Amino acid sequence: MASTATVAAPHSLAAAHPEPRGLWSWITTVDHKRIGILYGATAFFFFLVGGLEALLIRVQLAVPNNDFVSADLYNQLFTVHALTMIFGALMPLTAALFNYMVPLQIGARDVAFPRLNALSYWIYLFGVLFFNTGMLLQVGPNSGWFAYAPITTRQFSPGLNMDFYVLGLQILGLSSILASLNFIVTIVNMRAPGMRLMRMPIFTWMTLITNVLIVTAMAVFTIAVTELMFDRVFGSAFYDINKGADPLLWQHLFWMFGHPEVYILILPIMGMVSEVIPTFSRKPLFGYNVMVFSGVLIGWLGWGVWSHHMFATGMGPIADSFFALSTMLIAIPTGIKIFNWLGTLWGGSIRFTTAMLFSLAFLAMFTVGGISGVMHAAAPSDLQQTDTYFVVAHIHYVFFGGTVLGLWSGIYYWYPKVFGRLLSERAGQAHFWLTLIGMNITFFPMHFLGMLGMPRRIFTYGDNMGFNEMNALISAGSFILALGTLVFAVNLALSWKFGRKAGANPWGAATLEWSIPSPPPVYNFARIPVVHSRMPLWEGDAGRQAGIPRGRTEEETEQVTLLGHKVGEVADPESDVNKMSPDQAIHLPPPSYWPIILAAGISMIFIGLLFRHMEGALHNLWYMTPAGALLTVVAIYAWAFEPGHSHEH
Amino acid sequence: MDHSHALSAHEANPAHLDTSTGLDNRKLAFWGFIGSECLLFGSLIATYMAYKGNSISGPTPHGDCWKGVPCVNPGHGIFNLPLTTVSTFILLMSSVAMVLALNYTQRGERMKSALWLFLTAFGGSIFLGCQVYEFTHFYHEGLSLGTSLFSSSFYLLTGFHGAHVTAGVLYLMTLAWMAYRGRIGPEKSLNVELAGLYWHFVDVIWIVIFPLVYLIK
Amino acid sequence: MKSVLTAAGSLRRLRPGRALRSGLPALLPLLLVVAAACGDDHLTRFPQSTFAPATEMAEEQMFLFHLTMWMGIAVGLLTFGLMAWILWKFRYRPGGPEAQQFHGNTTLEIAWTLLPALIVAVIAVFTVRAIFITQPEPPANALNVRVIGKQWWWEFQYPVGKDTIVTANEIHVPVGQPVQLLLESDNVLHSFWVPQMAGKRDLITNRVNRLIFTPREPGVYMGQCAEFCGDSHALMKMRLIAHTPEGFRQWLENEARPAVEPTDSASAVAVGKKLVTQGVCAGCHVIKGTPMVGRTGPVLTHFGRRRTLAAGILENNAENLRQWVRNAPSVKPGSKMPQLGGDIPNGLTEEQITYIVAYLQSLQ
Ligand code: HEA
Ligand code: HEA
Ligand code: HEC
Ligand code: CUA
Ligand SMILES: [Cu+2]
Repeated sequence: MASTATVAAPHSLAAAHPEPRGLWSWITTVDHKRIGILYGATAFFFFLVGGLEALLIRVQLAVPNNDFVSADLYNQLFTVHALTMIFGALMPLTAALFNYMVPLQIGARDVAFPRLNALSYWIYLFGVLFFNTGMLLQVGPNSGWFAYAPITTRQFSPGLNMDFYVLGLQILGLSSILASLNFIVTIVNMRAPGMRLMRMPIFTWMTLITNVLIVTAMAVFTIAVTELMFDRVFGSAFYDINKGADPLLWQHLFWMFGHPEVYILILPIMGMVSEVIPTFSRKPLFGYNVMVFSGVLIGWLGWGVWSHHMFATGMGPIADSFFALSTMLIAIPTGIKIFNWLGTLWGGSIRFTTAMLFSLAFLAMFTVGGISGVMHAAAPSDLQQTDTYFVVAHIHYVFFGGTVLGLWSGIYYWYPKVFGRLLSERAGQAHFWLTLIGMNITFFPMHFLGMLGMPRRIFTYGDNMGFNEMNALISAGSFILALGTLVFAVNLALSWKFGRKAGANPWGAATLEWSIPSPPPVYNFARIPVVHSRMPLWEGDAGRQAGIPRGRTEEETEQVTLLGHKVGEVADPESDVNKMSPDQAIHLPPPSYWPIILAAGISMIFIGLLFRHMEGALHNLWYMTPAGALLTVVAIYAWAFEPGHSHEH
Repeated sequence: MDHSHALSAHEANPAHLDTSTGLDNRKLAFWGFIGSECLLFGSLIATYMAYKGNSISGPTPHGDCWKGVPCVNPGHGIFNLPLTTVSTFILLMSSVAMVLALNYTQRGERMKSALWLFLTAFGGSIFLGCQVYEFTHFYHEGLSLGTSLFSSSFYLLTGFHGAHVTAGVLYLMTLAWMAYRGRIGPEKSLNVELAGLYWHFVDVIWIVIFPLVYLIK
Repeated sequence: MKSVLTAAGSLRRLRPGRALRSGLPALLPLLLVVAAACGDDHLTRFPQSTFAPATEMAEEQMFLFHLTMWMGIAVGLLTFGLMAWILWKFRYRPGGPEAQQFHGNTTLEIAWTLLPALIVAVIAVFTVRAIFITQPEPPANALNVRVIGKQWWWEFQYPVGKDTIVTANEIHVPVGQPVQLLLESDNVLHSFWVPQMAGKRDLITNRVNRLIFTPREPGVYMGQCAEFCGDSHALMKMRLIAHTPEGFRQWLENEARPAVEPTDSASAVAVGKKLVTQGVCAGCHVIKGTPMVGRTGPVLTHFGRRRTLAAGILENNAENLRQWVRNAPSVKPGSKMPQLGGDIPNGLTEEQITYIVAYLQSLQ
């Protein structure tokens, strides 16, 4: 099959690198695969938590004038629901797949900075636990996920609620930035010989774009939140209306991050779908180049549209027109993607596996969400839609119909690679249909509700507004979704033990991660593969030759030189597997406990600030901040001088 | 790709060759980090500019009056331009020292490398000292963090920069000490190069901040 | 290459047809909902609907909504139809044709770049046009009303000569004359939304926003705050009442007068007046013609004329008013009007509340 990669590792190699065991090995792991699993498990748990919060929202709204939860609790619920879903579940779920799959897809043994990777995970874990603590104590953030000033200032929100927001999101933002730098370097620098940029799998490409967006957009958000933190903790005046502050400053900073953020959540999915659809159509992706460029374009245009969230703020006709037009432009590259996926399906031999079904459903549901997006972009009519359930419908068609369906597709697709066993297809089918039907019952009527005058973020509504039936229907739909999700959770758990053995390449896919055993050995590749095309595993198949883009590739590959060395004979003696016995050749970074310690130090800095404003004994807990700072400095030095990690900083 | 350049880097540092671009991973990460930093500072600068002249209380930077508010202290700005100009100059000069430090590290002149690294850090420290002086002085003039939009955006922007300088000073001191102990030979000059990248970046940011905040009225 | 699709084996029975059949019943309720939403009595069923525009501005917005919606439906049907057909045509069948191996087609790709571009262009033209139509320069004959958002109620100020007439929660306007709202807030953000009049416009602290529209038909229009503003954001409603020009003039004249005096100084109303003007209420409310000066709560000078109570959430009747005065936060969570009666020490007695209610209702 694949001329370039070995499927089974030589025995001696596996013996030289046994799979480490025990809890301690997970805490100190720097293996990108294990960190990927940690990310995935944590994030899935928080998806359930976010879903549970959604269910509570739906119970409250099921009937008019309900008092199942109090107004304040409701406000916490929808805020924390959104934050948990976005920062606690979906971003980390994509990060889980970046972690696990990107090094495998590019033929690397790990990410560029394994310890930094572990650090990102631990910071994320502490951050997400931290702000969910707020929710558990019923002082969770309560001003909506975009937390418009000035309701977030001490003057209007004296409690701890928004402290959890500012501190928690700073921690999570830091984690994302660090993780993204790591992925960028990994993708740019750690590709196997011959894997030029335009040979990278689309998922890797979209990961790269996403992570560039994260390091830039998150930075803007970090500053917005830092300013708010200074206001709340140290009494500065950024959003203090009594000092003349302009609330629109927050809105601009937030959405300058917030809009790229939504593309951060969809671009990786577009990558996943671009892996799944070709695999199950048994033909190459249609228009690879255009797929890459439209992804870049979406990411780029995504920076110039933020004010479409602010049409109601009265920016004036010129600004309104600019942002309306720039927003609509994005429909074009996105449309190209949609049609290219259809082009990929065309002429294929389509297998309706669960992974494929989710990808196809993504195509359909995301199109619905995109279209309501374009309707929002028409500024004058958006003035009626904004801040109603019409937006809530848009949010969930793109986030649930887009991101979540795509993620589920990716998980059905890659689970066998990670755990060596296939997810049950029968349960998968049930999961799929419950989810597809459930999501449409839940989210489609929201379009009507919004246009019929139901604002968002209301903890209840009057009996006479005409909202009753639809809300009841929506709430019922959300329980269908919950049922589907439970089926999924059970499937994930049971298949881990009882699923059918997968083998290296159960789907007959084309990319490098399928060339190694499932689950992959610690060192991933016994030999670093040499890549000659975009579809290394389909190269050997005569029937597929026509589909693999040739152009100059064939001849060039032979001549591609890396720093003056012919590809394949890599210069670094350490990785020159040809000249040494395999176990000698592979250097893997040793485990380290500094990541978790450093993460603890960093988190303590922020968590301590929570108490600075409190009276009484709790106030003293704020000394966690200086203690955390000290721990951070110590850990950074220990990190820098830790033996066995000389490659790293 | 510029092969000849990459190859010379190879000779200096053979351990880092197996990357797709020929650039060291750490160096690439640093560039990414700097990209991120640009947006961090960019947002702070944007805040400062958005709020410029919109404060409604407290001392003013240049002695002009706040919009729509009776003038407290006309003609008496709070900035001490000569002092800040000097400290800016010193910070810029420390960048020159940084260049020399890298140069000597690459040539393997241990003591000179240590000395220039130390001088770079020393320049940074003087800058920091000036900033501490400036902040305390402003504070006594009645400009505390929460006084006005100006004070908040000024302190956070310049303070954030100061925190970067502080981190840089610690970083450089560590390197200076390591160089002194002979632990940074030419083969490890990348360590110094990265510190240099960081230091120059912090300087460049100041070159943007200084005119925007101190010079333009 | 042999397909290793073992797992997919059991799925081959699956046909898109089956998918459709199981999907359709799910859509039925939706269709019913749509059917139910479009009747003659639309506004009685959905009093806050955007589908009944009553100004040129709202009509412009509705037109754009319909344009984008139908274009969207067309695009959606095209995409879905194409997809369904492709899935059917190229589904895997044992012994069926192998997948065709090709990886692109420049002509096609250009075509499906141009098609969306064209649709976007059409939408864009109408959008920009509507943006400029719906944000006109303030006309010279416009009636200016200052709207101030509070947590969680509305204050409306009408400049009349040198005077300002202040009222709350019900905004009165004449038909046939452009209304310019000057939207402000001295606390958190709010958003003014009376769907039949116009789309939303935010009330932003330290800024003044404008919204201009011209009501056509006299009537009562529902509205609600549309920007999250804290605990009782859900309960920050309002009514817009459009009068004939003559009716509006009369309303304004009445508003300008001080509060009516109780005719009989021994009546319940008079007792109530004493309780209100000399009691705790005076700290927060204004009643013109009495010494009350508090600005925390809504002006009550002609409160008895309001149709609704507590920012449009309750009918203004004696029973609701009793409950409100007794314990406002029980009606409106977090309300800045504290609990004054009921089971608190030194609270108002039920008897006192009766008098207060009588007085409030007399404030015509
Ligand atoms: C994954 C997340 C995601 C994605 C991908 C998008 C994609 C888009 N979004 Fe969305 N958006 C959100 C998440 C997302 N959005 C969220 C969370 C909010 C609310 C935030 C909040 O207030 O809480 C929001 C809000 C939001 C608003 C503000 C609404 C308001 O508050 O008033 C607007 C306005 O323009 C908008 C527009 C768009 C557009 C034009 C796209 C486009 O990218 C869509 C492009 C895709 C298509 C158009 C479909 C496929 C294309 C074709 C089949 C081609 C032919 C089509 C045409 C020519 C129309 N979005
Ligand atoms: C990011 C992705 C995302 C996802 C996946 C979801 C998923 C869901 N959302 Fe959410 N939502 C948002 C993002 C998301 N949402 C955002 C950004 C907002 C705006 C917030 C704001 O205004 O600030 C919002 C707001 C929002 C609202 C509006 C609230 C309001 O304005 O007042 C509603 C109301 O129905 C809602 C419902 C749902 C439902 C029913 C789901 C369902 O799909 C959930 C399905 C999942 C489950 C049902 C899980 C089932 C799990 C179990 C049964 C097991 C539980 C067990 C354990 C925890 C151990 N969401
Ligand atoms: C501490 C301040 C405060 C006090 C004291 C107070 N009120 Fe209020 N009142 C308010 C506020 C604030 C509102 C608006 C509440 C809302 O709608 O959210 C209000 C609303 C009302 C309303 C409804 C107005 C409308 O337009 O719907 C009435 C009637 C009223 N108050 C009567 C009284 C009476 C009678 C008393 C004394 C017995 C009283 N209030 C004492 C603050 C106060
Ligand atoms: Cu006022 Cu919401
Ligand atoms: Cu957006």
